[in-house]
Amino acid sequence: MTRTRRRRLLLVMCLLVGLGGACALILIAFRQDMLYFHEPSAIAAGDVPINTRFRVGGLVAAGSVERPGDGLSVQFKISDCTATVPVRYRGTLPDLFREGQGVIAYGKLMADGEFVADRILAKHDSSYMSPDTAQALKAGTSDACLPANRQYSR
Amino acid sequence: MTSFTMGKSLRRRFHRLGSLPYFYDVSARWAIWLAVPAVVCIAYTVIAGLVLVPPDYQQGDVFRILYIHVPSAWLSLFAYTTMAGAGVVALVWRLKLAEIFIVAAAPVGASFTGLALVTGAIWGEPTWGTYWVWDARLTSELILLFLYLGVIALHQSIASPRTAGRACALLSIVGVINVPIIHYSVVWWTTLHQGATLSLSGGSHMESDMLWPLLAGALGFSCLFGWLTLWGMRVQLLWRERRSRWVMRRIVNG
Repeated sequence: MTRTRRRRLLLVMCLLVGLGGACALILIAFRQDMLYFHEPSAIAAGDVPINTRFRVGGLVAAGSVERPGDGLSVQFKISDCTATVPVRYRGTLPDLFREGQGVIAYGKLMADGEFVADRILAKHDSSYMSPDTAQALKAGTSDACLPANRQYSR
Repeated sequence: MTSFTMGKSLRRRFHRLGSLPYFYDVSARWAIWLAVPAVVCIAYTVIAGLVLVPPDYQQGDVFRILYIHVPSAWLSLFAYTTMAGAGVVALVWRLKLAEIFIVAAAPVGASFTGLALVTGAIWGEPTWGTYWVWDARLTSELILLFLYLGVIALHQSIASPRTAGRACALLSIVGVINVPIIHYSVVWWTTLHQGATLSLSGGSHMESDMLWPLLAGALGFSCLFGWLTLWGMRVQLLWRERRSRWVMRRIVNG
């Protein structure tokens, strides 16, 4: 490699390292704002601003779904194992909404600790299998107690 | 043949690639070796994905779109990474072919990115309940599309091909910062988009019946990328060297 080429290569590497460092600093600075949703344990720890709208994500706690009244309203708990948040919602739910499924609710936390949502999205869990396999596996899964973003990542 | 002469002949072959007429002639032959596996693999993926593979236990038939979505998303990252690699070669070694590669690969990569975004939106509506959200994965993939479009626009806005090639090389290198951000976005931040189903280190969360057509699709899309990029390079080459003797001769001789 000639001298000029080595110098050019060095320049390109410096450019990449500098840019990478700058990007890393920016991303670290905006760490909180890059989150699409907060987990119930973060709310319990007081890391989430109360008087503003935000998203809370986790798994629908088993046995927590209730449909009082007209059938359009639904109450359930979002859980991430260490903490749970009670959620109230009125409207249509995505097809994948069910107990044990990852969901994201968009709304506001009330003073009494209840989260009033006006939008619910389902979060898919990155595992794919046929109905037969799912039936066979059903006996021994404990995934319902992992945070939504760390599910199946073991 | 001794190892010395073999090394020498290998080296000569590599150097001959720098010769544009030589590349133009051999690339036509290479293209066939990419086109055939591309067509075969993609045909298998489409048939298997639509018919042979069982429905997903949660999503039912909706999940079948991943046989297009996932390979195109992978290729959108892979294509940009190769462009950045070619960018380094173009800036350091001033190789014309590397500049031509970037220019030819950009529209192909942009198409894969667009396909990944569109198929993802079509899948997101029934699965998540929305076509689009501004989470870290979706947003960074959209930025990748803009980077591709930026390379294309930059190339078209500069008249001198050498200057344009060098500018595109620089933009490719700068933009490659986005590739690890896209890949790790689902790990670093909470996103609506799920985490990786496959990883090189940790196996997969997908049944093997479902997995093979997906891997075939990835191979097929890779070959498709190579094939289309190679043809794009040939077109670029003809246009750039349109005043040179060797192009004239090939056009006159058909």
